[in-house]
Amino acid sequence: MDYIPNTDADLSAMLREIGVAGFDELVAAVPASLRKFKMELPSAMSEPELQRELGAMAARNQPLDALTSFLGAGAYEHFIPSAIDHLVSRGELYTAYTPYQAEASQGTLQLLYEYQSLICRLTGMDISNASLYDGGSAVGESAYLALNAHSKRSRIVVSGALHPEYRQVLKTYTAGMGTEIVELPVRDGVTDLDALAAAVNENTAAVLLQSPNFFGCIEPMQRAGELIKPKGAWFVAVVNPLSLGTLRPPGEYGADFAVGEGQPLGIPVSYGGPYLGFLTSTRQLVHKISGRIVGRSVDTEGREAFCLTLQAREQHIRREKAASNICSNQSLMALRAAIFLMLLGKRGMREMAELNLRRSHQAAEAISRVPGFALKFPRAPFFNEFVVTCPAPAQTICDRLERDGILAGLPLGRFCAGMERDLLVCVTETKSTADIERLAEALGRAASGEVQP
Amino acid sequence: MRESLIFDLSSPGRRACSLPAFDAPAKPLTELVPQDCLRQHDADLPEVSEIDVVRHVTRLSQINFSVDTHFYPLGSCTMKYNPKINDRIASLPGFANIHPYQPASTTQGALAAFELLEQTLCAITGMDAFTLQPAAGAHGELTGLLLIRAYHTARGNPRRKVIVPDSAHGTNPSSAHLAGYHVVTVPSNNRGEVDLEKFRAVLDDEVAAVMLTNPSTHGVFETNILEIAAMAHKAGALLYYDGANLNALVGLARPGDMGFDVVHLNVHKTFSTPHGGGGPGAGPVGVKKALEPFLPVPRLKIVEREALSIERKNADASRFTLHAPRLAWDYDRPQTIGKMRSFYGSTGVLIRALTYILAHGDEGMRRVSEVAIINANYIKAKLKDLYDDPFPQACMHEIVFSARLQKKQGSSARDIAKRLLDFGFHAPTIYFPMTVPEALMIEPTETESRETLDRFIAAMRQIAEEITRNAETLHNAPFTMPVTRVDEVKAARELDVNFVKRDA
Repeated sequence: MDYIPNTDADLSAMLREIGVAGFDELVAAVPASLRKFKMELPSAMSEPELQRELGAMAARNQPLDALTSFLGAGAYEHFIPSAIDHLVSRGELYTAYTPYQAEASQGTLQLLYEYQSLICRLTGMDISNASLYDGGSAVGESAYLALNAHSKRSRIVVSGALHPEYRQVLKTYTAGMGTEIVELPVRDGVTDLDALAAAVNENTAAVLLQSPNFFGCIEPMQRAGELIKPKGAWFVAVVNPLSLGTLRPPGEYGADFAVGEGQPLGIPVSYGGPYLGFLTSTRQLVHKISGRIVGRSVDTEGREAFCLTLQAREQHIRREKAASNICSNQSLMALRAAIFLMLLGKRGMREMAELNLRRSHQAAEAISRVPGFALKFPRAPFFNEFVVTCPAPAQTICDRLERDGILAGLPLGRFCAGMERDLLVCVTETKSTADIERLAEALGRAASGEVQP
Repeated sequence: MRESLIFDLSSPGRRACSLPAFDAPAKPLTELVPQDCLRQHDADLPEVSEIDVVRHVTRLSQINFSVDTHFYPLGSCTMKYNPKINDRIASLPGFANIHPYQPASTTQGALAAFELLEQTLCAITGMDAFTLQPAAGAHGELTGLLLIRAYHTARGNPRRKVIVPDSAHGTNPSSAHLAGYHVVTVPSNNRGEVDLEKFRAVLDDEVAAVMLTNPSTHGVFETNILEIAAMAHKAGALLYYDGANLNALVGLARPGDMGFDVVHLNVHKTFSTPHGGGGPGAGPVGVKKALEPFLPVPRLKIVEREALSIERKNADASRFTLHAPRLAWDYDRPQTIGKMRSFYGSTGVLIRALTYILAHGDEGMRRVSEVAIINANYIKAKLKDLYDDPFPQACMHEIVFSARLQKKQGSSARDIAKRLLDFGFHAPTIYFPMTVPEALMIEPTETESRETLDRFIAAMRQIAEEITRNAETLHNAPFTMPVTRVDEVKAARELDVNFVKRDA
């Protein structure tokens, strides 16, 4: 099936109007040798066939609705208010493109302006762009901006507790820039601040810290900031936006840039994407941040009106001199986040964040009581994730729980050498007391199975 | 009447969500985390009811142009119709509600979808392998250039330069710069194609890559493409394909056969995934065999070939199995460039693209480019007497006019764009490519009917006539939009990008 209205008769008539004998005359410039190939795609399918075949493919996956999942680590299962899907399904919004023609795009523009303002209020930062791709690429992007804003500096200092995939993106992004990346050790679940103080020097463009970090622990961001500032390096805070309903926002501890993964704000886990990278900065850095930015202005009659602004920063104007190459962004995902923040509102954001905090602590306590299991970092405060040391390899424990339809968490051995017995457990507001009890019982059974075969 | 800002709709105590109560003994928060980690004041988010939010966003949607409501011939962006089945499939819980770190045993359907999409993209482009990781076209470019850098580095010298034509998208030089390359620009000739002699003059053994868009942003096919490829390869450079204009070629010719070594695709263009008001798109990158070891991790690998393999009923599709063998992610790739983003790719976007490709088959795909090309040439034939047509040959899927004749009469490309809005048409891309003065870049796509094109042509003709009569009046266009022209200078000078408070 295709989606082409013009019939053969239409096309013949059009070719006559064009004044050619046939289609081949229009593409005479394409060498004949290039037109001899076979694609051999699967045969075209009708809509009912697509529904059946792709429905069957989807059915081979086990969605989270059918499981009890304690997986987090950068992608979080959260409540998504029904109104979000309903509103972003409006064709006027999701089939438009970048609002280049402001007069015909006031809807998209105003919503992006509201998104920027909502994200600023949540993070306590002054400026937000209209979105980046996702959390990992937002980290890479922040390195580009820092290196560009500090053009004489070439060192980037990064916490070893930053999500390992984000660290990998950072290295990949900067591969052609001659950047020196210094990774800080982690002690008791948080970044070693003595090492940080030693690593930050006059050549350091930026220091990247994540809080809550990959292990779920809340970092001493205030103290880190105090160590970074005197050296003139940019302080990049990588934060979980949902946590900011209850945790101190980066605008209050001196971050120059705050970036991160916006997925917790009303975006489905969707096997890793599309997600939402957010990028915020202080007012001082407004000309240094990348991506689309919407500004509030007036029209020729003095009425409030919105348009894209500060475009002189962007690649279509500055070409190889631009700090970033971003063009398309994640506008529809930004819209989801904006609607989420509108719906949750002032009290809802606090309640949801607190519920995450309470549920995860409830679970941490319950698991700690299971013989053989202990919190890996008992002294570090956490938000909705924590590391548990298991009495057996974490992968073995997870495999056993999977049979009962429980995804116990992320075994950390894959990412961190020497942590084969450690499990990263995430507990959001989607879990009940009964779910937590079920997890604790299952862990107990799995462990006793291991100890007493 | 304009729609209030959401902040102006706020009233203390209103709310639009309900959450479960915490059903266990609740300790004070400060017993869970130290006081200095906690937020002291609630974020100043709006307090509104659900109906407020629904009306607010719905009303704002109604002052937007979109493909679902208007012809949207924005050149280079391929604003084709977005089939609704694609959204339905991507929204199935089996795709939308799976976690990226779920065990592979619970995600075989997603892995099979990725595998099938990689295979079909290889078939369409003539490449050997694809990564689905990049989130957009520009992200794909950066990925491709980092692959090229890794390839040359493995051969002892990353090289220093990347050649781009003067008509290239701004993302090309920008991506090359971020990958650590010096950008060399090569001019176009009077047919809008790369000037071969000038190309030869800048090509040397420090050139890592030549980035081309074919058809170029002038909307014309690079007739010397095979010679350009041979010259680049002889100098040891790789040829990079910017897939922005692939809609002109699907089913007609393949970049892989032209000699391109690396390609990125824009699935939100060629493969109909919705543009979302600016995104999300996806920018898969295809490579020839020699570059495969460098692709980002993870890669799909076949764990068990015989299991679960159910052949499609059509005999002619035997190369593809919808129910692929047992698959897993492979991170053990010593030469990989690393990762370009978290996880694997924009699954929800990629599933839509796969649905679109499976709907078409070979013949359907061939018809896409054929009709896209006929539609663009139809517009060219019907308007070239009034608008300057800088290139003599037939165009491909888009036509670039210059409004320089209208400019002489006192109206600019911008005026024409704004006036078109009054006729119910989104404007073409304007002032790009920069090589064409007062450029109007019109891409109708294959999903528009002859009647729509005729109405658009009539509007363009009427505008040309209005300019001849009184060019001044167009300076105030549009006349029928919710707002008149927006003051972009004020927006940049008196920057307001974060609503703080309404002036008293």
